[in-house]
Amino acid sequence: MTDLAFAMNRFGLGPRGDQPVAGRDGREWVEAQLTQKLAALPNVPSRAEAAEALTAYRTERRDVKAGGMMMPASMPMAPATSPPPAADDKAMRRAARPPELVEALKDQRALYLRAVDARMSAALSTPTPFLERMAHFWANHFAVGATKATTVGYAGLLELDAIRPNLTGRFTDLLLAVERHPAMLLYLDQAQSVGPNSMAGQRAGARGRNIGLNENLAREIMELHTLGVRTGYSQADVTEFARALTGWTVAGLGRGPMQRFLTGPPGDFAFAEVLHEPGTRTILGKRYGMDGEAQARAVLMDLSVHPATARHIATKLTRHFVADDPPPAVVAKVEHAFIGSGGDLPTVYRALIASPEAWQPDSPKFRNPWDWTVASLRALDVPAPPAQRTVGLLQELGMPVWRPTSPAGFDDIAASWAGPDALVRRVEAAQRFATAAGQGKDARALAPRVLGARLTDATATAISRAESPATGLALLLVSPEFLRR
Amino acid sequence: MDRRTFLSTGAVGIAATTFAPRLAFAKAATDRRFLFVIQRGAADGLAILAPTGDPNYARLRPQLSADVAGGTKLDPMFTLHPALKQVAAMTAARQALLVHAVASPYRDRSHFDGQNVLETGGALPYRLQDGWMNRLLRTMPDDPQAIAFAPTVPPALRGPAQVASYAPSNLPQAGDDLMIRVGDLYARDAQLGQLWNEALQARSTAGDLAGGKGAAAAGALAARMMKGPAGARIGMIETDGWDTHTAQKGRLNAQLNGLDAMLGAYRDGLGEDWKNTLVLVATEFGRTAKENGTGGTDHGTGSTAFLLGGAVNGGRVLSDWPGLADAALYDGRDLKPTISLDALVATALAQHFGQDPARMAGILFPDTGSAPLRQTLAIA
Repeated sequence: MTDLAFAMNRFGLGPRGDQPVAGRDGREWVEAQLTQKLAALPNVPSRAEAAEALTAYRTERRDVKAGGMMMPASMPMAPATSPPPAADDKAMRRAARPPELVEALKDQRALYLRAVDARMSAALSTPTPFLERMAHFWANHFAVGATKATTVGYAGLLELDAIRPNLTGRFTDLLLAVERHPAMLLYLDQAQSVGPNSMAGQRAGARGRNIGLNENLAREIMELHTLGVRTGYSQADVTEFARALTGWTVAGLGRGPMQRFLTGPPGDFAFAEVLHEPGTRTILGKRYGMDGEAQARAVLMDLSVHPATARHIATKLTRHFVADDPPPAVVAKVEHAFIGSGGDLPTVYRALIASPEAWQPDSPKFRNPWDWTVASLRALDVPAPPAQRTVGLLQELGMPVWRPTSPAGFDDIAASWAGPDALVRRVEAAQRFATAAGQGKDARALAPRVLGARLTDATATAISRAESPATGLALLLVSPEFLRR
Repeated sequence: MDRRTFLSTGAVGIAATTFAPRLAFAKAATDRRFLFVIQRGAADGLAILAPTGDPNYARLRPQLSADVAGGTKLDPMFTLHPALKQVAAMTAARQALLVHAVASPYRDRSHFDGQNVLETGGALPYRLQDGWMNRLLRTMPDDPQAIAFAPTVPPALRGPAQVASYAPSNLPQAGDDLMIRVGDLYARDAQLGQLWNEALQARSTAGDLAGGKGAAAAGALAARMMKGPAGARIGMIETDGWDTHTAQKGRLNAQLNGLDAMLGAYRDGLGEDWKNTLVLVATEFGRTAKENGTGGTDHGTGSTAFLLGGAVNGGRVLSDWPGLADAALYDGRDLKPTISLDALVATALAQHFGQDPARMAGILFPDTGSAPLRQTLAIA
C-alpha cells in the first residue's frame, strides 16, 4: 500500500489539516481522480466582461492621448525581482491620470483579482487536488502574463475557461482551446498580426502604412507549447506558421474599418479572412493548402501529436512530479503513453503515476512558492485569504500569480526557488500564516498528519520545543520536509 | 535588540557553532568590482545604439528609427538612445565603452536557450552546468564575495562557489526567536544550511536601504552592498521586459529610463569605488533589423553590450560594423555579429582583475576558446 500523505504531497496540494490520512492507498487516491472533471467555479469573470473592461480602458487611454496628456505605454523598468514601486511613486503617477482612466484600470484589475480568488479557493477546497495541480501545471506550460494592459483582465481566464475543462481529454483539444483563447492571442501579439498579401495588408501598403506579420505566437507554439526548442524546426517554419496563423484574432476590441470583418461576441476568438495571408504554406516539410482558419488549425493538430511534442510534454511532466533532472526511464514511459494514445491525457498521467521512480521519497522536489503557499494554507486549514493579499504575498515570494516574466512560464527546478533570500521570505510568510491561524492549532499533532512518514525526529523535536503554538506552526511550514514534496 | 543587531551578532554567532560561516565579509585581495546587468528578453541594440549613419537604418525601420531623434550622437555612425542620459555622461567622461554587433555563440532565437548560453558561457545551451560568473570567482585569490540582487541566484552565478542573494521585500520581518530556531533546523540540511547563512549575512549588510523600491533604488542598493573594503566584489542584477514584439517605442523608452537611472544610482552610490569598477550590460541576442508589422521587432541575433565604470577605457563605440544592406544581414534578417561577447567579457575581466586573458577565456568560456581581443578595454 502506498502512503496517502506522500501521495497527497507529491501528486496533490498537500494534506489538509482536517483530512484523515490513515487507512487509504495513495496511488488509488490519485488514480481515482483521472476519470473526473473539474467542476466549474462560481463567480469567475467572463470573456465578455474582460472585453468590456479592456475596451473601456482603451477608450480612456485614447482620450487621454487626444487630450495631450501623454502616458508612458508601460511602467518604467524595474529590476525583475524588485517589488512594485513605492506608494509615493504610485500616487504621483496616479495624480497624472484622469479618474476615468484609473477606474478603467481598476476594473481590469478587479477581474484579475476575481480570477485569483477563484483559483485559490478551488486549491484549498478541491475534492480532486491532482487535477488542480494539472490545471496549475498547464497554465504554466501555456503561460500568459497579466503583465500588459491588454492581458490584465484576461490572463486568469486562460486557465479558467480553456485549461480547466480540458484537463482529462486529448492534448490536441487542450492545445486548440488555448491557442484560440483571447488571452493567448493578445499576450503573444497574434491578434494584431496581418498577412502582407492579405486584403488588409495590401490596402495598408497602398496607403503607405506599414502593417504586417508578428511571429511571436508561431514561435512560442513551436518552441514552448508543442515541439520544444532544438527539435529541428527552422526560422522558415516559424515564419510560415506565422503566415498560416494570420486572421486568428479577437472580436470586438478595436475600432475602425476592420471591425465589421470580425464577427462574433466581443472578446471571443474571431477569424478574419481579410487579415489572412493567402496561399499554401509549407511547415516541417508538409504542405498546407487549405483556406482560411482551417490552415493553422491543421498545423496545430499535426504539432499536437508530433513525437517531439510527446517527448517535450513527457519531460516537463516528469520534471514537475519526479525530479529536477527527469529520469530518462520515466520520460520514455510517459512519452510512449502519449504517442500510443494520440495524446490522451489520463493515459499520459497514468504512465507517470505508475512509475516507481515517482514514489521514491529520497528525491523530493522543492516546492515552488504557489505550491508551498497552498500547502501551508491547507495544512493550517484556513479559508482563502482576500485575493489582494494572495497577490501581494506571491509577488514577494517571487511567483506572482499568472505573471511570469516570459512566455516560458515559471521555472520548475529547485535552483530557481531555493535561494538565500527566498528562504528568509518563506520564514516571514510562515510566521504570518501561523499568527493568522490562531492559538488553537497544535503543530505537534499536525506535523505527522501533513508530513506522514517523512517527518524527521529533528523537526518533530524543534516543533515540540517551540516557545509558542504559532512558532511551532511556522517551524512546521518551513521545515526541510515541508519545503519539499 | 533590533533586527540588524540580531543578524550581525545573534544568529550568525549561533550558526557558527554548526557550520562555521564567515563572520563578516572578509577583506578580499582585490579592490576591483564587477557588476553584470543582464537584459532578459533580447534587447534591441539597433534602437539602443542606433546606426543612424547607415543609410539602410531608416529604410528598414521607417517608424522606429525616429525613436532615437534627440539622442547623443557619438560618432558619424552611432547615436545613443535619448533615454540613456547617464550612459551618455559616462561616455563623455570616458567611462563607457559601447560595443555593437556583438553576440554570444548562440545563433538561434529562443530566449531561454539564448539566456542559458549567455549565463553558462557554453557554446550550446545546457552544455555547462555552472555559470561563468561562478567560475570567475574561482580565478580570484581570496573569496571575493559575490551577491545576486534577487531572491534566488541567477544561472550566471550558480555553481560550487557560494553566492549570497538579496532583494528588498515587503513582508513583515520574522521574530528573532523564529529566525534562530530555523537556523538550527537548517544546520543539518546541506542545501538549506548554506542558503540560510548567506541570506543572513546579506540582510545584515543591506540594512537601511532594504526598503527602497524602483530602478534607482536597486542601483543604490547594489552600490551599498558592494562599496568599501568589506563590500562584495562581484554582483549581478537581473532586468526583464526587453522583448518588444509590439509598440516598441514607449516600452523600450521606459526600459531604458529605468536602466539608466539604475546605472547612475549605482555609480553615485559607489563613490570612490566607482574608479575600480567594471559594469557589463548584455542581453541574450538582438532583434530583427527590420521593424515588424506591429510597431515592434522580432527575435534577431547581433545586439549591443556596454562596459561601464571608472576602470573602463571608454569614451567610444567599439564595433566592426557589418552594415545593414540586405546581403550583409545574418540569415537575411538580423544584424550580423562581428564581435564575440565571450571574447569581450574575458578580455575585459582579465584586464580588470590583472589576469592573463587567454587563461581567463579558457576558464570562463571553456567550450568556445574565444581568442582575447587586442584592445585595452579596462585600465589596469
